[in-house]
Amino acid sequence: MQPDSDQPLLRMRGVGKAFFGVRVLDDVDLDLHPGQVHALVGENGAGKSTLMKIASGVYQPDAGTLELSGKPVTLPHPRAAQAAGIGIIHQEFNLLPERTVAENVFLGREPLRRGLVDRRAMHARTAELLAGVGETAIAPQTRVGRLGVAQQQVVEIVKALALDARVLIMDEPTASLAEHEVELLYNLVRRLQQRGIGILYVSHRLTEVFDLSGRITVLKDGRRVTTLDTAEATPDTLVRHMVGRELSHYFPERAAPGSAGAARLQLAAAGNGRLRPVDLELRSGEVLGIGGLQGSGRSALARAVFGIDGFRTGQMLLDGVPVRVRSPRQAVRAGIAYVTEDRKGEGLALSQSVLDNALLAQRAVQPRWFARAARTTTVRELLDAVEVHAAGTGQEIRYLSGGNQQKVILARWLAMKPRVLLFDEPTRGIDVGAKAAIHDLIRRLADDGAAVLMISSELPELIGMSDRIVVMRDGAIAGELPAGASEEAVMGLATGAATSTEVPA
Amino acid sequence: MSTETLRARLRLPGLDATNGVWPALAVALIVGGTLVALDGGSLFSESSTISLLQRAAGLGIVAVGQTIAILAGSLDLSVAYVISLTSLVAAETMAGSDGMVLPAILLVLVVSAVIGLVNGLLITKLRINAFIATLGVGLLIKGYLEQGYAGPAGSVPVSFQHLGYDRLGPVPLSFLLFAAVAAAVWFTLRSTRYGHHLIATGGDLDVARLSGVRTDRVLIRTHVICSLCAGIAGLYLASRLGAGAPRVGAEGGYDLESIAAVVLGGTVLAGGRGGVTGTVGGVLLLAVIDGVFNQLEVDSFFKQMVRGVVIVAAVAVYALRLRRTSDRRKAAVA
Repeated sequence: MQPDSDQPLLRMRGVGKAFFGVRVLDDVDLDLHPGQVHALVGENGAGKSTLMKIASGVYQPDAGTLELSGKPVTLPHPRAAQAAGIGIIHQEFNLLPERTVAENVFLGREPLRRGLVDRRAMHARTAELLAGVGETAIAPQTRVGRLGVAQQQVVEIVKALALDARVLIMDEPTASLAEHEVELLYNLVRRLQQRGIGILYVSHRLTEVFDLSGRITVLKDGRRVTTLDTAEATPDTLVRHMVGRELSHYFPERAAPGSAGAARLQLAAAGNGRLRPVDLELRSGEVLGIGGLQGSGRSALARAVFGIDGFRTGQMLLDGVPVRVRSPRQAVRAGIAYVTEDRKGEGLALSQSVLDNALLAQRAVQPRWFARAARTTTVRELLDAVEVHAAGTGQEIRYLSGGNQQKVILARWLAMKPRVLLFDEPTRGIDVGAKAAIHDLIRRLADDGAAVLMISSELPELIGMSDRIVVMRDGAIAGELPAGASEEAVMGLATGAATSTEVPA
Repeated sequence: MSTETLRARLRLPGLDATNGVWPALAVALIVGGTLVALDGGSLFSESSTISLLQRAAGLGIVAVGQTIAILAGSLDLSVAYVISLTSLVAAETMAGSDGMVLPAILLVLVVSAVIGLVNGLLITKLRINAFIATLGVGLLIKGYLEQGYAGPAGSVPVSFQHLGYDRLGPVPLSFLLFAAVAAAVWFTLRSTRYGHHLIATGGDLDVARLSGVRTDRVLIRTHVICSLCAGIAGLYLASRLGAGAPRVGAEGGYDLESIAAVVLGGTVLAGGRGGVTGTVGGVLLLAVIDGVFNQLEVDSFFKQMVRGVVIVAAVAVYALRLRRTSDRRKAAVA
């Protein structure tokens, strides 16, 4: 797996970068060989994305050198990197949903015939490229917007391959995929590997790192901590390298069995267009985990409770009182908080300050004159309490890390003193350290008497955090599992492999 | 072959199912025709058809240019003033002489291209919002026109008036010119690199740029073409009026009306989605509504209100559809 004899495709030596005098990357070495999957791990702020951006021509390094197949190169802009054979697959896809697969793949390099775009050649070559990665279900003429996320990712990869990429940088490639799509990505990565493409794989999910990579580089605070063969590493050692703590300290202690209080949120045969009638009880003091594949109705459930796509049938009770929640505004007033899955799209006003974002919910539902000074003070205290790291509360929130952004959203909702909190993928794209902080906060909220519903695709998180786990499938509840259930039990229910609600933990 | 492939293969240019302008046009023709017939007239008589097509031609040429500006994620509010200016440039250069027709046409094209270039440069190099940049350029031209002209000026020789008045059967020459411009732009969008890059630029500027599209060039070129279309419309109006008119563009409301036609045709204001065929439908729809009200001799205020309602309703329908399809997509994933 480690053919040190042959020349690395990509060699980075002593790479450093500073922004406004803050050193974010210092003396980093990295070798990527043909056919190698090289995982790049580290907390957010460790310098992964900076390193990635240097390798793909977005940033220029202040120090150090880059070599491609032994030749020194400079990459003044992303297109130079593309031309040199370095492709990057971002978390957010760079695709045009209104255009076809072929038009996307060949954008900027449309094949010409007598001066005009040769559609036939474009389609044929796209089909070839798709077949080359084992994907035959996608027609080149399909509009990209009609494809699912996993297929769009394939298109993105094919687009990079069309540029003869020999180095492929993948940034959190599974972040937007459902559990069952991850396997498809694995196959794709292995196929690319066989073709001799070097893959720099950036991921928070250690499972993937161990499943796919041959070698791992750990970054911490802008420095390379270690580079080791995956065979020699264990999750524990890796996490220790990343944060200096053991994996077992990862999740806060659960509520004592039987300590959950009265039912706060009850659903009786509540359903809508996307949800079959659901019966659910959420108690004060507990964290109820909602598992299931992406699209199984987990988010639809949260959205229904929060009044975005409200329930059409059945009943919802809050603290025993029947309520009708037809809009998020009513939900907020009823004491429900929703931390959405799409943090940037639905959770934040990116160009506004930390403080404005934290005050959003209060400003929205409380009268203008209502204790303005007091609520600003409260929110500032809350921001301190959740340990938001920002240059100040006036800083634009877009410049914060994902973890800090999420903490601001938490502070926003804490200010509303919610009775019920809905979390949808609360730690997606958040680094290990901030993750632990958010897990602690969620648990503390439950301990203070709130009822917490937490949707998560990450099984360790779901299992580690939840006092009970409800698994959804096809818009309905597939079953319920006790605390500490096994990953297999959750997946069994989620995929339909197990149908009984009495799955042993 | 998947049904998707089949559908993609069979799809007629621009006549996809999402475009509601054609059914709307059919309804307008049926309802309007009936109303006019009840009133004792005929919407489909030769004279009314001709005037309908003529009305469509002027707006249509401008709207085709506006379509690509909007598709590219931009927009051009200066077109109305470009029309006035170029009608004057044409008429004054020709000054009644047959020999000056060609030089006048060339001059008009140069003038409008330069205005488009300025628009494009302001938007791409100075990063001025397209709305403001083109409005500013428009006002600049307006100021020049108001300063220099009190009324019509110059004169167009009879030979050039053929463009405004001749026809092939019931089809005015000007309408054929509109059809040719529309066809040329349609083909450009479909089959040239520039066309593909234009739609990509409107769809997502960053995606286009990161894919190697020189988005600034695309936008500049688009504004030049858009302005050229306005210049051609100016030529047409000059030949129609026999002279240049400093207020013909603004009074005809070509700026907002062309945007309305584009939107009616299903092109998304944010860019990246839509096309010329829809715009042709939008132009025809507006012309039919105009024709019906002219024949019924209805108060022009009422006419304006009806157009307003039609435009708002159309956009509402498109928005609703968009939401439904995205809902369906979400549901399909779920």
